[in-house]
Amino acid sequence: MIDIQRLVKKFDDFTALGPLGFTFDQERILTVIGPSGCGKSTLLRLLSGLEAPTQGRIRLDGETISGPNPLISVAFQEPRLMPWLTVAQNVELAVWDRPDAERKEAVQAALVKVSLTQFADALPKQLSGGMAQRVGLARALVGSPRLLLLDEPFSALDPLTRVRMQDHLLEIVGDDGPNVLLITHDIDEAIVLSDRIIVLDGPPAQIRRDLVVDLPKPRKRSSREFQEIKELLLADLLPERIGALEEAA
Amino acid sequence: MSELILKLVRPLAAPAWPYALAHRAAAIVRPLIFPALILAVWQGLGSFSLIDPVLLPTPTKVLGALYEMVISGYLNPHLAISFQRVLLGFAAGSAVAIVIGALTGYSTWWRSIIDPTIHAIRTIPGLAWIPMFILWLGIDEGSKVVLIAKASFFPTYLNFMSGIARADRKLIEVGQVYRLRGVRLITKVLLPHSLPFLFVGLRQSMGVAWLVVVAAELMGASSGIGYVLLDGEMTGRAQIVMACMIVFALCGKTTDLIIARIAQRVLSWQDTVEKE
Ligand SMILES: Nc1ncnc2c1ncn2[C@@H]1O[C@H](COP(=O)(O)OP(=O)(O)OP(=O)(O)O)[C@@H](O)[C@H]1O
Ligand SMILES: [Mg+2]
Repeated sequence: MIDIQRLVKKFDDFTALGPLGFTFDQERILTVIGPSGCGKSTLLRLLSGLEAPTQGRIRLDGETISGPNPLISVAFQEPRLMPWLTVAQNVELAVWDRPDAERKEAVQAALVKVSLTQFADALPKQLSGGMAQRVGLARALVGSPRLLLLDEPFSALDPLTRVRMQDHLLEIVGDDGPNVLLITHDIDEAIVLSDRIIVLDGPPAQIRRDLVVDLPKPRKRSSREFQEIKELLLADLLPERIGALEEAA
Repeated sequence: MSELILKLVRPLAAPAWPYALAHRAAAIVRPLIFPALILAVWQGLGSFSLIDPVLLPTPTKVLGALYEMVISGYLNPHLAISFQRVLLGFAAGSAVAIVIGALTGYSTWWRSIIDPTIHAIRTIPGLAWIPMFILWLGIDEGSKVVLIAKASFFPTYLNFMSGIARADRKLIEVGQVYRLRGVRLITKVLLPHSLPFLFVGLRQSMGVAWLVVVAAELMGASSGIGYVLLDGEMTGRAQIVMACMIVFALCGKTTDLIIARIAQRVLSWQDTVEKE
């Protein structure tokens, strides 16, 4: 589905990303993890068409992405709702080009998915942080995208809401939902959700590890396999820690 | 034990509402104390003939003159014509400001073409235009309305343009992701975002319009509150001048309140602390 080849992104003389390449097809949820500032958001912005690559290309089903695409949608780190529109109107924004009846139905269905139907007519200022984030998710889902890009969507939420949202996401993705490319700093979140984890190094962003996670879902955080993957990822992300651990042992 | 607590709590909890009421009343009265004091001193100075009443008529005399002008119907046509000038000038000036501001706010290309010129024109003192406007448009309505329109153009233009130009990049990106362009991007994102700025501009423009109508009517007019004021001066009746000052203040406050109320309605989505 997604085919990234020799992708490079420069901001003036500063190379933020690349050269980097991978393909993404079967996995329901692919998570990208890496240290702060390594170029994760840059990768997501390139995929969403908000930024143009300096070199290389991204293809979706064989076609080069050259700008925002109806098959790809984004939920950002912040909800980014229009404060002057109601919840339903905010969601509707993503499907403005559909016929009236179809649009209303899609909005209703998306609000059901994030359990916010009673708040359809509320203004963003009346929502809690978690609710606003769910509206952002509904807006990303309403157009039935093939690929859903999520940039640390749960990082601003309290730990319990975060776990609830992770369960929610697994439900939404299910078997017939969109494929998800998720960016996160949270290693546990990555292991709970992902079918594949890509660890980035950078800047410039480069693939350090590409790991398939084929544990059955739902996953138990206390299982041995889970902990093993966690140690592996921690070692990737905090290489200086390995030395300290060995000294301690 | 629990009864004891109830007994202790009740007398404290019960009188809460008269306290709240008293608190409210105090909040209303407090800002009035100082002006009341000034008025009392002023009245006293006049009543005991400590100040020449020709120079500073007492508050009662000013109010009497105002009452007289209102009751006799003398003020009505003047009030109407002043209002007409202000509203026409304000409407024309801010309408042009909205159109041009939307253009220069949205398009950096148009901004680079038009905006520097507007700023250059703005540095010319407002009153310096009066002779030219009179030369071009004659001494009657046209020149006055245009003078007011020109003055009320700038605040609305500057605020509205920067509101559109400084739209939140993060929200614009949302628009881009969902392929909103041109008119749809403007109406769904840019315009609502800039409405708070627009209303700030409109209120300032309305204030400026009332400032300028005085100047315009003092320059040469046979009607309007400014004319009545000037007439009061010519005939040595300071109470008329001061009554006109009060009328101007009331007019300015009224129109400002109206715009503020509309803004409150339109901007109810804003997540800000309600202010009085
Ligand atoms: N518009 C830009 N102009 C210049 N440099 C940029 C721009 N956007 C990002 N960068 C740089 O590119 C690098 C990668 O940024 P990016 O936002 O992709 O990091 P990130 O991995 O998402 O970080 P975080 O986890 O903190 O969100 C950073 O060093 C940043 O300074
Ligand atoms: Mg980021």
